[in-house]
Amino acid sequence: MSPPRKSSRTVNVKAAAGGRQQLMRERELRGIVDTVLRLAKSIGVAETEVHVDENISALTRFANNAIHQNVAEHTLNVSVRTQVDQRTARATTNRTDEDSLRAAIEASLSLAHSQPKNPHLLPVPGRQRYRGINRFVKQTASLTPEDRARAVRRACDLAIKRGQTAAGIFSSAQAQSAMGNSRALFAAYRDTHAVFSITMQEGSAASWAKENAASVADIHPQQLAERASEKAHRAIEPQELAPGRYTVILEPAAVLDLVGFLFYDFAATAVRDKRSCFNERMGKQVLGKNIRIEDDVYHPLQLGAPFDGEGMPRQRVLLVDQGVPRNLVYSRASAKIAKKQPTGHGFMLPNEYGEAPMNLVFSGGKASLDEMISSTERGLLVTRLWYIREVDPYEKIMTGMTRDGLFLIEKGRVSSAARNFRFNQSILEMLRNVEMMGPAVRATGEEAFEMVVPAMKVRDFHFSEVTKF
Amino acid sequence: MYDLATAALDTAKIRGASYADVRVMHLRQRDLTTKNGEVGTLAQSESIGLGIRVLANGAWGFASTDRLTREGVAACAAQAVSIAKASALAKREDAVMAPENAFVDSWQSPFRKDPFEIPLETQLALLLAADAEMRRVKGVTLTETDMQFRKIDSWFASSIGSRIHQRKVITGCGIVATSFHGDEIQKRSYPNSFGGQHALQGYELVESLDLLKHAPMVAEEAVALHSAAQCPQKSGTLILGGSQLGLQIHESIGHPIELDRVLGQEANFAGTSFLTLDQLNKLRYASDIVNVVADARLDHGQGLGTFAYDDEGVPAQCTDIIKAGQFRGYLSNRETAHLVGLKRSSGTMRTESWNRLPIIRMTNVSLLPGTWAFADLISDTDDGILMETNRSWSIDDRRYQFQFSTEIGWEIKGGKRGRMLKNPSYSGITTEFWNSCDAICKREDWTLWGTPNCGKGQPMQTMGTGHGASPSRFRNVRIGTAFSKQ
Repeated sequence: MSPPRKSSRTVNVKAAAGGRQQLMRERELRGIVDTVLRLAKSIGVAETEVHVDENISALTRFANNAIHQNVAEHTLNVSVRTQVDQRTARATTNRTDEDSLRAAIEASLSLAHSQPKNPHLLPVPGRQRYRGINRFVKQTASLTPEDRARAVRRACDLAIKRGQTAAGIFSSAQAQSAMGNSRALFAAYRDTHAVFSITMQEGSAASWAKENAASVADIHPQQLAERASEKAHRAIEPQELAPGRYTVILEPAAVLDLVGFLFYDFAATAVRDKRSCFNERMGKQVLGKNIRIEDDVYHPLQLGAPFDGEGMPRQRVLLVDQGVPRNLVYSRASAKIAKKQPTGHGFMLPNEYGEAPMNLVFSGGKASLDEMISSTERGLLVTRLWYIREVDPYEKIMTGMTRDGLFLIEKGRVSSAARNFRFNQSILEMLRNVEMMGPAVRATGEEAFEMVVPAMKVRDFHFSEVTKF
Repeated sequence: MYDLATAALDTAKIRGASYADVRVMHLRQRDLTTKNGEVGTLAQSESIGLGIRVLANGAWGFASTDRLTREGVAACAAQAVSIAKASALAKREDAVMAPENAFVDSWQSPFRKDPFEIPLETQLALLLAADAEMRRVKGVTLTETDMQFRKIDSWFASSIGSRIHQRKVITGCGIVATSFHGDEIQKRSYPNSFGGQHALQGYELVESLDLLKHAPMVAEEAVALHSAAQCPQKSGTLILGGSQLGLQIHESIGHPIELDRVLGQEANFAGTSFLTLDQLNKLRYASDIVNVVADARLDHGQGLGTFAYDDEGVPAQCTDIIKAGQFRGYLSNRETAHLVGLKRSSGTMRTESWNRLPIIRMTNVSLLPGTWAFADLISDTDDGILMETNRSWSIDDRRYQFQFSTEIGWEIKGGKRGRMLKNPSYSGITTEFWNSCDAICKREDWTLWGTPNCGKGQPMQTMGTGHGASPSRFRNVRIGTAFSKQ
């Protein structure tokens, strides 16, 4: 290929993109948005929408008690959607010179012109008002490779001292998004987040702990290392149990990675397409009366922008009340079809999925994990789940494995470790069988977005097979 | 591009790197989808940038930038060295790399029709026509089609003197019909689920699929599944269609042989492997008719794991993984090769993009063809179930215990394909399963399937892998467990 054409006019100075430590100022992002809108207007584009996303992140990865990968990146993408004559399409570039932005506009136009008219396409929305959220923590943004390495070193030293092997990550990121359109809508949001995740292995046993927060001050690497280490030690010499139905106590990460699979079922488009498990079940007693689920991006334990992919303000939505699915979330298009108001959950257009709630908050209870264990005659304590996939989309049967710490509970006490099980379990049935809940926390796993969920004690959880460890 | 790469290498050396490699990559992608007769996604994107990996003080650092100026890449290289020095604060021993030659080369994957040159109107018209064909069938409640095209240019340069340019053109295409009825959602996909077939080909792949011919059958089967019998729960004979077997290979052979997993480097995320180093050349992985290779060479086919050089500058190779049932080889890189007695990497380091570190990845991990004609395989089976097209997949984090379900099943009775079965599933333990294989079909039924969505690494990277397979038979397999109620 030929190298990128030299810009005829530099729109924005990515002052220190290589090795850059700070996000651009909001006015710089607005400058890119305004440039795209100006260029589009100059060539007669009727309606234009622009997204600018910038990310500065770094991740330190360790295994076998040493750092083995250590990476950093800075990315900036400009995504342009043009809309002409009831047709729309999107083109994205990571170059911000005027020639490249013009090329993205032209590519978007070319794509748009190639398709039939869409009579349902709505004009871009006008200005909106957004609730302010401050989730940018300087301490997180300024974390250095040395800071991460020192924390990793301490965790690895603990593992070595105890004859264990540590593996995990310590990452930090700062990110921002801005969007604007030809009807003067403009929205911007920035946040930070840090993650520490650790697996401690002792012989063939392993356990795991992880935290994810906007502020690195809320991340406790050494406490997590201690917890994973202690549980890994308890996980040695697991006994093989027979598959069957067990009372389980699911720690928040295990709850999250299961119920996280429900998020798209609350999309109005999914229900309309008849691929949601709530299709023909709205208003019915589908879940237990102790289950209440909201989508709430403003919850203090959540992260995420206060606007959606179309620039609509995100609303708090009560999705399930007393076990009854009450409301769905709507993009502007699905809201118009359903004669509802948009809830601010639409994806960037054009897309075939419509919308989804990305900030689920389950109402929890007051029980501690110890209380759940002590109230259990025979059951299993589940640290986390793994490789969860949907077996039956309407009954919402999921399969997957337990991982990194499965423990047998007998007569109110953890009596031994158990070999990992495969489960085949309907989430709907599970949420009818919840006997106790802990306080809802910001949970983090590997299968679902971070959400606010409690630990749960669930009866009759179905384990179908056992594995070798 | 090499000027920028060289500038980055020079800076890395000045800053103290003992080794460095650079990838400048330009990625272009076009996505088209339809749903229920209307255009869904219509988008294209491009991204260009540089990533540099350095070894300094015996430890690794990586940084990336989209600022493609001499100043930008120099700052990026300096950052990578700084990160490597921080890594050295928590190292146990110095990283050592197997020797490799320097290569100066340019390579382009073969294609007959550049998908980016085919008019969009033509592409959309085909998808909308296939969508319409499916919607003609009463009972279909959702129709979806998709095409995806990628063109990836990469310029690799390393401090040992390699300068390698590669261009890959990748095409994917598929259609899906879904039917909701009663309390069931059933669906059928063609030619495979999760986006169809994907290969290192041009638009000729789309044309070869003949979507319009297959669309009515896909839709009819989706509707017919509602009235089909439930797949029984039992132990018995299983015949897997090629695409499902491709995913079975991916999960129960491809991932366990990744040496980074074996060595614990993925313990926190993707998991480890039951294939500990003591198993090499000792484990009877499979029955003696099973031969599996990891082959990135063009000779093997135009798969998602085909290239001329990996992203560490090592030439594409064919490695025996399972030979006559015996476990023979791992996927390695320059850092791990010596741990399994190799003098050279097997050439499997791959990266998703310029802003990601290359990691050990599957190339084309394929089951070599056997001796059976498909018709003979069916007529030789007295009592079994044929399962086709993946619906769900799951395996434990050491790759022992798996469960798969497929979109459709067919009862085999007395050597003939009988009634349709819905909700088919099977499960097992990896080595027990592969040791139960007693028939593999010939090359005529062999396809190099593409898995476009393999996730691994932190930060997560998505990679395409290839899996050649032909329909094969397995005995005494646990069937129907996914829907058991006990």
